[in-house]
Amino acid sequence: MTVAIAITELRKTYANGFEALKGISLEVEQGDFFALLGPNGAGKSTTIGVISTLVNKTGGSVEVFGRNVDTHIFETKLDFGVVPQEVNFSQFERVKDIVLTQAGYYGLPRALANKRCEKYLRKLGLWEKRNDQSRSLSGGMKRRLMIARALIHEPRLLILDEPTAGVDIELRRSMWEFLTEINESGTTIILTTHYLEEAEQLCRNIAIIDKGRIVENTSMKQLLSELDSQVYIIDTSNDLTGKFEQIAGTEYELTGVTYQPVDEHCIEVTITAGVQLNSVFKIMEALDVKVLAMRNKSNRLEQLFISKLSQNQ
Amino acid sequence: MSKTAMFSNHKYIAFETIVIKEVRRFSRIWLQTLVPPVITIGLYFVIFGNLVGRRIGNMGGYDYMDFIVPGLIMMSVIQNSYSNVVSSFFSHKFQRSIEELLVSPVPNYIILLGFIVGGMARGLAVGGIVTAVAILFGGLTIESPLITLSVILLTSTVFSMAGFINAIFANSFDDISIIPTFVLTPLIYLGGVFYSIQLLPPFWQTVSGLNPIFYMVNTFRYGILGSSDVDVYWAFIILSVLIAVLFTACIWLLRNGRGLRS
Ligand SMILES: Nc1ncnc2c1ncn2[C@@H]1O[C@H](COP(=O)(O)OP(=O)(O)O)[C@@H](O)[C@H]1O
Ligand SMILES: [Mg+2]
Repeated sequence: MTVAIAITELRKTYANGFEALKGISLEVEQGDFFALLGPNGAGKSTTIGVISTLVNKTGGSVEVFGRNVDTHIFETKLDFGVVPQEVNFSQFERVKDIVLTQAGYYGLPRALANKRCEKYLRKLGLWEKRNDQSRSLSGGMKRRLMIARALIHEPRLLILDEPTAGVDIELRRSMWEFLTEINESGTTIILTTHYLEEAEQLCRNIAIIDKGRIVENTSMKQLLSELDSQVYIIDTSNDLTGKFEQIAGTEYELTGVTYQPVDEHCIEVTITAGVQLNSVFKIMEALDVKVLAMRNKSNRLEQLFISKLSQNQ
Repeated sequence: MSKTAMFSNHKYIAFETIVIKEVRRFSRIWLQTLVPPVITIGLYFVIFGNLVGRRIGNMGGYDYMDFIVPGLIMMSVIQNSYSNVVSSFFSHKFQRSIEELLVSPVPNYIILLGFIVGGMARGLAVGGIVTAVAILFGGLTIESPLITLSVILLTSTVFSMAGFINAIFANSFDDISIIPTFVLTPLIYLGGVFYSIQLLPPFWQTVSGLNPIFYMVNTFRYGILGSSDVDVYWAFIILSVLIAVLFTACIWLLRNGRGLRS
């Protein structure tokens, strides 16, 4: 398996003395869809800054497809594209010119640059806007323009720093689809995010970063399997007032299952891994509770995330 | 097309891209970049050349109007080369679009050359328009085209790089107008644009000799009129040394990431 990027013992102390990276190591394989997840200020952008050479590292090394970025600047830079967290194109340039200028920086001949510019602006829904000044674009469009710009030299590795921060739900979904598509066509993707849902939906492997340290580096699947309990919200047609408070100590009590009323028709049930859902339904049946709907409470991953971070005190 | 073939002339394409972008920038805002210097210099022609100049009569052996034309052309080239690079590079920093270049595989010397040529393009564009205006006001014959052209190109290079260094150190829009106002303009005005140093007492003649712009203006005047206050060889030596020193400084600053990389 080819390694797309290998980061070893990366350290960064900023000029003001702040230690933003305290020796992080990561490896991302070619073809992977990798999430670097962490709260604000964890060091995600700093890590990407070091890879893209905008931040001078204090120690450690970065290799892209087996080549050291310090000694092979030219080749490694052709291999990756970066979508930064903050807008960093000229607000007065036209959309098309921003993408074509980038193509020029990467040495693309004019004809090829024009062809790719059209291809990626179309793919990202910006072709109609190609002659507009970039400052007239909406936030989501600006983000997509930066993605088109990062893809113009068709890098093997695409790095995105919080690509969906501040982007509305609908747009976020379409961006996820787009990223999934280019990942499936062979581009390795690394994205940073502080949205757990994003990492869960998109990524196969994940590293959690906090206060300049990697606190977890595993597959998404493995991480999810660490969840030792699931929380369900159950809607019923009965009035539940008092019903579940009384079952402690009775035959209806189940080990590993706890109840938390939400309102008179709705209850939150926490079920420890290993307990069968059937047994919960049997209790409902016995209590003559009619279940109308049941859904997974989605913050379970968040709880895990928070517990990982609290271990890093 | 193989990847290596595709990128074999990468550096040239990148250079051309920067130059085109720079020219596009100052052309797009031509009302701010091309028109004001032409109006200012046109007024100098009218006021100093025609109105006041007629009373002054002779300067350094020439009609006053003929005497100041080379100085005013040089002044516009110096100011506009400097101004183009300092404002363009600083606004790239300010808008963070400089990151596009810093993240890309463009080598530092190509970045620098691109901005220098962009600055020269504006300096020469304005210089060209001013020359055309001067011709309208009474004609212009050039004694030595070779000296005229080479001194203008070298001077433009020097001030493009000076503007580049100013932009690297600048943290605000104030910082990009301080040097032009407090250093560049006085040096230009005291550099013999409007008078021959023969008018000055010996002490001030010696002081003028420390001003590099004095040599550039006078060599340019020599190219056009055929006589000058200075030895033209000195001017070319000074220009060459300045170019070497400034180029090295710019490359060193870029490599260090001063003001660009954290
Ligand atoms: N230029 C800088 N100088 C000093 N500290 C910085 C600088 N940039 C970032 N930091 C600090 O480094 C830490 C990590 O920042 P960053 O990498 O941007 O975090 P993230 O992207 O994970 O939100 C933060 O505490 C931030 O304040
Ligand atoms: Mg960040």
